[in-house]
Amino acid sequence: MDLASAKMIGAGLACIALVGAGVGIGNVFSSLISAVARNPAAQAQVQPFAFLGFALAEATGLFGLAIAFLILFVF
Amino acid sequence: MALELHPLEQFKIEELVPIHIGGYDLSFTNASLFMTIAVVLITALLTVPTRRAKLVPGRWQSIAEMSYEFVADMVETNAGHGAEPYFPFIFTLFMFVLLSNFLGLIPYGYTVTSQIIVTFALAAAVFIGVTIVGIVKHGFRFLRLFVPEGVPIVLLVLLVPIELLSYCIRPFTLSIRLFANMLAGHTMLAIFGGFAANVLFVAIFPVALDIAIFALEILVAALQAYVFAILACLYLRDALHLH
Repeated sequence: MDLASAKMIGAGLACIALVGAGVGIGNVFSSLISAVARNPAAQAQVQPFAFLGFALAEATGLFGLAIAFLILFVF
Repeated sequence: MALELHPLEQFKIEELVPIHIGGYDLSFTNASLFMTIAVVLITALLTVPTRRAKLVPGRWQSIAEMSYEFVADMVETNAGHGAEPYFPFIFTLFMFVLLSNFLGLIPYGYTVTSQIIVTFALAAAVFIGVTIVGIVKHGFRFLRLFVPEGVPIVLLVLLVPIELLSYCIRPFTLSIRLFANMLAGHTMLAIFGGFAANVLFVAIFPVALDIAIFALEILVAALQAYVFAILACLYLRDALHLH
């Protein structure tokens, strides 16, 4: 197998990490919606945590995407 | 006849004013230029409107005051009581990361925070600063940070190395989070732009997707600045209050 094909396969495999990001972000915002539905007055307090949680969950997925880009374009 | 895609070329550092002193490359690069622009813009935003401050603020004075209030509120809520001396540092971090992220979104602008060395320098400053603050304030009791309360001795043998590892990995996760977000966002924009350049007739689809991703990138730019600053506040709270 030549390097270019191996790179493509490697990049594709590295993108599987984004599944975790999707599940995590969905979880965070589903909790936010449930919390605001139960207690609309708490929205201002809960929303900053929701955005913090979204950013942290997305970050781990993006670690995988960064590896995919590194494999494709740098190595 | 497909154009070759080079999405990572947008991150190349170009020397604008070559300065080589004693074997060290101290050139003024495009990254330096955009960092200078960010600092000049922040200074202008904060000093010019507040020069003759009115009680009922105009637009720019309002923006300056709101940004101050936002970060002050964040520091007070998340870093606790003894953290007021560190507010200028957190404010500088937040505004610099925010402006650098936004300047990268302007067409032909260079994203300074997409370079790992820049984000790692900022994260290392936070990590080393917070550790020194903790050690100066608590002395050897600072090591109690890694020993959670009410844990049996048998579990401590396992838990303390894990806590230590997760503490020492903080500068890396802090820097890589910001770097990966900026890198991934801008690379995606470049890749979809390349698709639109290659596919002439149905180019409306990659362009529409690019517009959507651009909107997402604006959100991510602001959000990543907020997350960087708020994590710095949380690490500071850990060091000041040891739990």
